[in-house]
Amino acid sequence: MAGKPADSGEQMTAEYSAIARFEQVSHHYGDTRALDEITLDIPAGCMAGLIGPDGVGKSTLLGLVAGATKIQSGTISVLGGNIGDSGFRRSVSPRIAYMPQGLGKNLYLTLTVHENVDFFGRLFGLPANKRRTQIEEVLESTGLLPFSNRPAGKLSGGMKQKLGLCCSLIHEPDLLILDEPTTGVDPLSRQQFWELIARIRNRKAISVIVATAYMQEAERFDWLAAMDSGHILSQGTPGELRKRAGKDNLEDAFIELLPTEKRGDHSSLVIPPYTREQKTTAIEADGLTKRFGDFTAVDHVSFSIGQGEIFGFLGSNGCGKTTTMKMLTGLLPSSEGSATLFGRRIDAFDLATRKRVGYMSQSFSLYGELTVEQNLTMHARLFHLPEEHIASRVDELTERFSLKPYKTKLATDLPMGIRQRLSLAVAVVHDPELLILDEPTSGVDPLARDRFWEILIDLSRNQGVTIFISTHFMNEGERCDRISLMHAGKVLAIGAPDELVHSSKAANLEDAFIGYLRQAAGEEHTDGISATPSEKPSVSPQAERKNIIFSPRRMYGYMYRESLEIIRDPVRLAFALLGSVILMLILGYGITFDIKDTPFAVLDRDNSPESRDYIASMGSSVYFTEHPPLVSADDIERRLQNGELQAVFEIPPDFGKDLKRGRNTEIMALIDGSMPFHGETIRGYIYGLHSHYLSDLAVRTYGDKPTFAPVSLKVRYRYNQDFESLTAMVPAVIPLLLIFIPAILMALGVVREKELGSITNLYVTPVTRLEFLIGKQIPYIAIGMISFFTLVVLSVTVFDVPVRGSFATLTFSALLYVIVTTGFGLLMSSFTRTQLAALAVTAFATLIPAVRFCGLTDPVSSLDGASAFLGNIYPTTYFLYISRGCFTKELGMGDLYGYIAALCAFIPVFTGLSLILLKKQGE
Amino acid sequence: MKRHTARNIWHLGIKELRSLWSDKIMLGLILFMFTVGIYVAAGAQSRELHNAPIAFVDNDRSPLSERIIDAFYPPHFKHPEHISQQEIDPGMDEGLYTFVLVIPPEFQHDVLAGKLPEIQVNVDATRMTQAFIGSSYISSIINGEVLEFVRGYRTSTPLPIDLAVKVRFNPNLNGIWFGSVMEIMTNITILSIILTGAALIRERERGTIEHLLVMPLTPLEIMGAKVWANGIVVLASAMLSLFLVVKGLFQVPIAGSITLFMIGAMLHLFSTTSIGIFLGTIARSMPQFGLLIILVILPMQLLSGGVTPRESMPEIVQNIMLISPTTHFVNFSKAIMYRGAGIGVVWKQFAVISLIGTVFFLIALTRFRKTVAQTQL
Repeated sequence: MAGKPADSGEQMTAEYSAIARFEQVSHHYGDTRALDEITLDIPAGCMAGLIGPDGVGKSTLLGLVAGATKIQSGTISVLGGNIGDSGFRRSVSPRIAYMPQGLGKNLYLTLTVHENVDFFGRLFGLPANKRRTQIEEVLESTGLLPFSNRPAGKLSGGMKQKLGLCCSLIHEPDLLILDEPTTGVDPLSRQQFWELIARIRNRKAISVIVATAYMQEAERFDWLAAMDSGHILSQGTPGELRKRAGKDNLEDAFIELLPTEKRGDHSSLVIPPYTREQKTTAIEADGLTKRFGDFTAVDHVSFSIGQGEIFGFLGSNGCGKTTTMKMLTGLLPSSEGSATLFGRRIDAFDLATRKRVGYMSQSFSLYGELTVEQNLTMHARLFHLPEEHIASRVDELTERFSLKPYKTKLATDLPMGIRQRLSLAVAVVHDPELLILDEPTSGVDPLARDRFWEILIDLSRNQGVTIFISTHFMNEGERCDRISLMHAGKVLAIGAPDELVHSSKAANLEDAFIGYLRQAAGEEHTDGISATPSEKPSVSPQAERKNIIFSPRRMYGYMYRESLEIIRDPVRLAFALLGSVILMLILGYGITFDIKDTPFAVLDRDNSPESRDYIASMGSSVYFTEHPPLVSADDIERRLQNGELQAVFEIPPDFGKDLKRGRNTEIMALIDGSMPFHGETIRGYIYGLHSHYLSDLAVRTYGDKPTFAPVSLKVRYRYNQDFESLTAMVPAVIPLLLIFIPAILMALGVVREKELGSITNLYVTPVTRLEFLIGKQIPYIAIGMISFFTLVVLSVTVFDVPVRGSFATLTFSALLYVIVTTGFGLLMSSFTRTQLAALAVTAFATLIPAVRFCGLTDPVSSLDGASAFLGNIYPTTYFLYISRGCFTKELGMGDLYGYIAALCAFIPVFTGLSLILLKKQGE
Repeated sequence: MKRHTARNIWHLGIKELRSLWSDKIMLGLILFMFTVGIYVAAGAQSRELHNAPIAFVDNDRSPLSERIIDAFYPPHFKHPEHISQQEIDPGMDEGLYTFVLVIPPEFQHDVLAGKLPEIQVNVDATRMTQAFIGSSYISSIINGEVLEFVRGYRTSTPLPIDLAVKVRFNPNLNGIWFGSVMEIMTNITILSIILTGAALIRERERGTIEHLLVMPLTPLEIMGAKVWANGIVVLASAMLSLFLVVKGLFQVPIAGSITLFMIGAMLHLFSTTSIGIFLGTIARSMPQFGLLIILVILPMQLLSGGVTPRESMPEIVQNIMLISPTTHFVNFSKAIMYRGAGIGVVWKQFAVISLIGTVFFLIALTRFRKTVAQTQL
């Protein structure tokens, strides 16, 4: 393929022959080789498909083309330029649209349909008026317009994919990259989806690259590359591939193209007919219904499954298959209707029935951190197999499910097909009579699927195990004895696959299903796709595509979206705002350094009027509360030890006599020092009260103030005349609350997008990291400021601690501080990978330093070593000074500018570090 | 079935330990917090007077005033600074000094003349701890110095009653003794709540919890396993830190039985892990959980009586804080570690902590199935 020089092809897609060109491209994930020296040209201006099972490198390849994944080795040119070059990537990203794998992976489920599309419009910098017309147009053409205000999370799988497509098309790309767009989508929606793509391509000859595991779909593409374990097996038109393999359909052709050792002893599956010998019923459901709020997930489903039967549940994602299965296993209580297993009503607490059932959930819920053997052994133990049989049972299963070579490998490291076999092995470890399998084959390649079915058939026909399986593969449906077609919570039809095909006069099961779906959809809407919309004169693409470094519009896009998400989660918002108020009340009243009511008792060995007078003077102080007198030295010991007393006075015999005679006498005081600060304070009070008593005594005896001390001290408690804890603590609690809550709110911001997958939007759209970070930060800054004002109002009204200094300075500093603390959360979020880690690290990194090192109790200048260092580099230290200054010291900008400048300095540091740690491309 | 319960809890717990073992970041964090974390944080919280910044305005410049100023030195005070009258306000406003003492002109002369001159002590009362303790230090230091000085010139009246104050259990009132144990408690609390709560939410998000619930396992067993497995990890780390940091590095003498303290810590862990699971059943997502733990941990940590004495808190706060296991932890650790108390003294706290744990465990148990159902949508 002699392509034209790349640079001359910049203007129009059609001018170069290859839309993407790979040279020696390899990619690894740890030890796993996903792509192995791929050299490939994907032709431009057509529908190009990558076919092959999961885990062969299709998604990696597409991620590389889209610029979402960082190239490890080799070069890739896309749209005539090197996609590895960040400058080129930035300039070309508005021309590429990428829909990652997984239903609605790049969508925001709490946002409505319209808000989602609008968000993407902003990311691509479309001005408001253009966005409005374009969104309407694209929603209308996909039939989503009537659903504009529905949250994306409440759409069916098919509609989610259409919405994903809308979001991709909003900026009129030249290259559309779709990663398994129809996996898990019902056949009707699937058909509509491809019709939609065809119509779009009629209007504008954009290039499309699709990865798919459905071979039937691939038949319709213009060009295909068949992939297996990181290699390209073959490429060409579907016809060429079939011819090369000598088969008449792609699925068989693909298996034929595999290397011989992989094909193994593949032979077509033979299913012995099911004969219902005993008339026992394994599962019976009658009018089973499940509602979540006003949404009905399962709507009056009834069926009956005989012992040993393979019963299939066919339908799209979200049609209620999983919910039905969960009700049958007792995981979910039903809202209405009844169901029985082996003739017994389902009871979540019936452990005996559970032993007769094996369940494999959609996500193959294995413990990834355990090995194959450990997974099996653990489950055998939990099902109480006799300890001596466990080893042999595990051996037997590893043999039968061909897991021997993987015995000591961690479940996470296994390829999909093997993990699926392990899941099944785990589900049958206790020889159940009934297997409930929820989509056990999604994401598994055709070969592995066939092997899996062989085992299922063996279990059913030879051991009489009843199998209840859900799937969205039509050819698997054909293998079941009976199937039930489900859509939107309802069963459309039940029967043997052949019967269903016959009765609806369709060519195959897929068409039969589509027929039923159309019938069910009926008058709802005739797939809603309007006639070709008039070609809109597009805004000069050059102006749009000049990609500036910082676009307020894109930043605003992220900000708006984040705000919407926060508003849609009122629980979290309420926690954040009410939480700070509650904490302020508790801490404001609770943290107090005034010591009151210290329990004390006296061992009075004298018991004279003088000694009782002394005791009374101690007991009358607010600092002390007298407890019953002590009787002996042992008593002192005991009552100090059990914590009843914190101070003890021992008055010597003849105290009164000595005092009267002017002889020197000595009182002993014992203090509980287990809490040193407390002990120190008590000691201070005792000295104070003692000397007070002495001067009192002198006045009474000599009628004159004595001169024990030749100097008097006049103590002025500044800023807090009454020396009250509240006045000191309230201004200090505000800085604490304004770091804990904003930081933890923010910390999950980025890492959550990483876990949920929507981070891809950062990777593939023109949005820059700075726009992303700042856009996400602003709503949390706003929440922080609302908290701040609430807290100030609280301290002025409830605590009666007024702002004596400059309120403007305080507010301005609070704004800076909240920017810093949210920035800190963002930083934590940028380098952690899981929400758990982000949570733990942020909790430790805020709670401990802010309370210990920032001057809450001791000023930072009194710390030394590591804690002094931490105190000096921690932002709370500075805001705490400012807060106390503005509240109690009557200070303003002129006095505090140094601290304010220090706060400012944190902003670029945190943002800069976040920028460095946050990657613009995936690994 | 009863026989199986114990075995199930054991096997599930082993799984829990294996999961944690594979999360190296978390392990690293645990190790760090219980060694370096304790060391640094405990060092910072010597709550006795330490390095208090002090300045003098010496208008007398006599031998006596110099003698007084020289009497202030580390570690209780920083080396005093000499400042002028005009520097008092800005210096205190900026927080440079907690104490500024003004010695009047003719001070020495007036002292010797018995005129009772007055030294002005300015205290930054926003720094409650230093302010209070520091004031009493200052008064006794100055009085001592002046008396000593005067003794050479004239005799003073002896005090009719002497006061001998002895501090028990921590004679030098060394803050690290108490602080280091409090840090251990803080870490135990934060970590065990986060670990169990987040582990539950993660299992819910990954769907493995459903998998367990369809096996012949009860929520009691699933929760029991989380409690013992996470508890034992934290307990082991606490033990490590007690021996390595508290006994080893800080040389804190421990008066009572370490075994008894560890039993207490174990009961405490039972209640905090139960609280963690309870919070995990309340929060529907990690972000909600994150906020919840801040709301719960912060009062638990600050109002336990480990930071400020319980007696000083308003009655209502004192009563609310009885629900928190940390309150009882502080009480029994003071009793065991410093006062050398035995089980006869601390059994009450042990009983209350166990009760708190049981209540939260039972509430979580009743919510368990319902919560799993909630994550479906």
